[in-house]
Amino acid sequence: MNRRTFHLTFIYGLWSLIGIILAIPATIYLLLPPRLRKEREWVEAGNLSQLQPEVPEEWVFRRNRVDGWKVTSERTTAWVLKKKSNQEVVAFGPQCPHLGCAYHWQVRNQTFLCPCHNSTFSIEGEVLTGPSPRALDRYETKIVGEKLFLGAVLSSEEMKS
Amino acid sequence: MKNLRARVIYWIEHRTGLESAIKNFLYEDIPASSGWHQVFGSVALFLFLLQGFTGVLLSFNYAPTPGESYNSLKFIITELTGGRLIRGLHHWGASLMIVVVFLHMTQVFVYGAYKKPREATWLVGVVLLILTLGFGLTGYLLPWDNRAYWGTIVTTQIASKAPLVGTYVTRLLGGDGTIGVVTFARFFSLHVLLLPAATALLIALHVYLVRKHGVCPSPLDGEATKKFFPEQVFKDTIAIFVAFVILFVMAVIVKVPLEQLADPTDSNYVPRPDWYFLFLFQILKLFEGPLEIVGSVILPGLAFLALLSVPFVDRGDMRRLRQRTLAIGLTFFAALGWTGLTATALLTNPKIESRGGQEGEIIQGWQQLSPAELAGIAYYRDEKCASCHNLTEGTPKVGPNLTTAAIRRSPVWMIEHFKHPSQLVPGTSMPPIHLNDEQLSALAAFLGKLSPTNAEALESAPDNVVQGAVVYQINQCGNCHTANGEGMKVGPALNGLARRRTPEWIEGQIRRPQSHFPESMMPPADLTPRDMERLVAYLLSLPYIKPFSVALTEEVPVPRKTSGEPKLDVGLSPELLL
Repeated sequence: MNRRTFHLTFIYGLWSLIGIILAIPATIYLLLPPRLRKEREWVEAGNLSQLQPEVPEEWVFRRNRVDGWKVTSERTTAWVLKKKSNQEVVAFGPQCPHLGCAYHWQVRNQTFLCPCHNSTFSIEGEVLTGPSPRALDRYETKIVGEKLFLGAVLSSEEMKS
Repeated sequence: MKNLRARVIYWIEHRTGLESAIKNFLYEDIPASSGWHQVFGSVALFLFLLQGFTGVLLSFNYAPTPGESYNSLKFIITELTGGRLIRGLHHWGASLMIVVVFLHMTQVFVYGAYKKPREATWLVGVVLLILTLGFGLTGYLLPWDNRAYWGTIVTTQIASKAPLVGTYVTRLLGGDGTIGVVTFARFFSLHVLLLPAATALLIALHVYLVRKHGVCPSPLDGEATKKFFPEQVFKDTIAIFVAFVILFVMAVIVKVPLEQLADPTDSNYVPRPDWYFLFLFQILKLFEGPLEIVGSVILPGLAFLALLSVPFVDRGDMRRLRQRTLAIGLTFFAALGWTGLTATALLTNPKIESRGGQEGEIIQGWQQLSPAELAGIAYYRDEKCASCHNLTEGTPKVGPNLTTAAIRRSPVWMIEHFKHPSQLVPGTSMPPIHLNDEQLSALAAFLGKLSPTNAEALESAPDNVVQGAVVYQINQCGNCHTANGEGMKVGPALNGLARRRTPEWIEGQIRRPQSHFPESMMPPADLTPRDMERLVAYLLSLPYIKPFSVALTEEVPVPRKTSGEPKLDVGLSPELLL
């Protein structure tokens, strides 16, 4: 190894080393999620007694959201449906699974319609028409007495597992 | 493959001229005498770029407003992986940059490299030095902890005392002697917009001037030259790598402090600037009264002018290093003076000697809590919270670790949660706490004060003292007295009682206040012997706080706090009432 190669090796080697030593923590810092303990929070969304069977109703309630260094209490919605058959309660998440728009219940057609790209869903949340890749997401539910508590929003696959 | 590479390079060169530009830069002729002593400029440039890199990373998770900034920084260092490291790199990078910039300047000064035709390079360099110090000054405020707040109060006050321009400087810094959102916004803007842009521009100009005149040769060089690349680049790279390793090790090993959230009412705080400003701070102490501006404005101003005038005063021919005795002597004395001043400032730091206390007295973390917070510890123990919750690291228990959980909760939430745990956290196995609202709010106050760093110190509070705080709260002593800054000022402040009174005297005063002072309006309190013993123990534990007026003349011109409630001062001296 002559003098010039020796110098070149060190120059390229050390600069690569500096680059790597900086790039690794920077990547981790930017890409890894915050070290938060995921607390499963159940929020009281409302009282089931006023709910008509087979009529989806939009409930607005408050829940806390951990947003970086803040916890914000924000209003969010759920489409809540009490089934006639087995008294089961379903709460659909507030966003269309396609691109996250807000959807609503159409009484006339008895479907959920997302106005962004015209996805429609049955009362069970199944896709009828449009580009939505899957059925409506659902909240985890827990019923204490007449009160409905809602947990995380999960897709139907996550729900099964 | 080789062909393809050559073609790509050719294409880029043909369209942009990049290759020849790089070659032009790297294969420039430098004097044969160039070597290790000229590496500092490159290291400084590297550190500047590194500060930019870590600064951008920090800013991705930083909220540039008072209060929020503190929370977001805490988030960075406690919840983001690598966050502490990146903040460490940025913090210590600033210090290292100051060191390297001074080494660079010293080298240029000692070798006389500023001589004709390189005066402009030197002048730009001096401005760059000021900008570097400006980064340190403005960045100091951004964590918005006590250190940042009080340090910057002093800085802005000094600026406001400058003759003629003082008021305008203050206005420009967005303040009227206080520091709030406006000052913060301006410091932030200076730190991340104006200063980096100005520094980058001036560095470009600086490097351009170095290239224009060539690296300064030694008188012995003659016409002999060598190439910048790779030999000098090799030396620069080694130096940069050494600096980088030092910085990295510091960032990993030395913990960067993040003190309490800025507290304008913390009259106990001893503000200190960063180490590289300590000499200025020490000079300030030498000049009192109307002479103060000598230390705050005139001397630093003269030093700046002296630096600027260096190439115009020393105009002789280039000399060999060994003939530059005057320059070396001056450097030596400057270094000696700086070291002396810095060392004096460090040694006379009251925080180390006795932070406002008696000789050798150490004030524990729990001694600084307000009465309510300290009483909260008692409720915490009485309710056996520790059987389900951890405060320090250890085997996990049923409930969450409260040092990390409490940060995210408001007192209102906590109190509601204590009363009806399952309403706010359905499914929890926590039983409701049967205490009244006042007691619950004390408990919430204590939990709100907790952080992973202070939990151990707070947990170590003696039991009779925390119970004494409960007695203090129940008997509403705070309606007339101040303890650790909390409470009213009808009666005398209770801090430092241990210095003035004996336990027997205090007990007598509580039982029959008029026996000591017939005029006193303090109501007598009938306490059980056990409660009395606890209350006295608590009162004696309140640390002595140095009166601010004394600190004002002795230490540093700190303004009295400007915010807070109006004082209920009835104008009686403590001795008269107590």
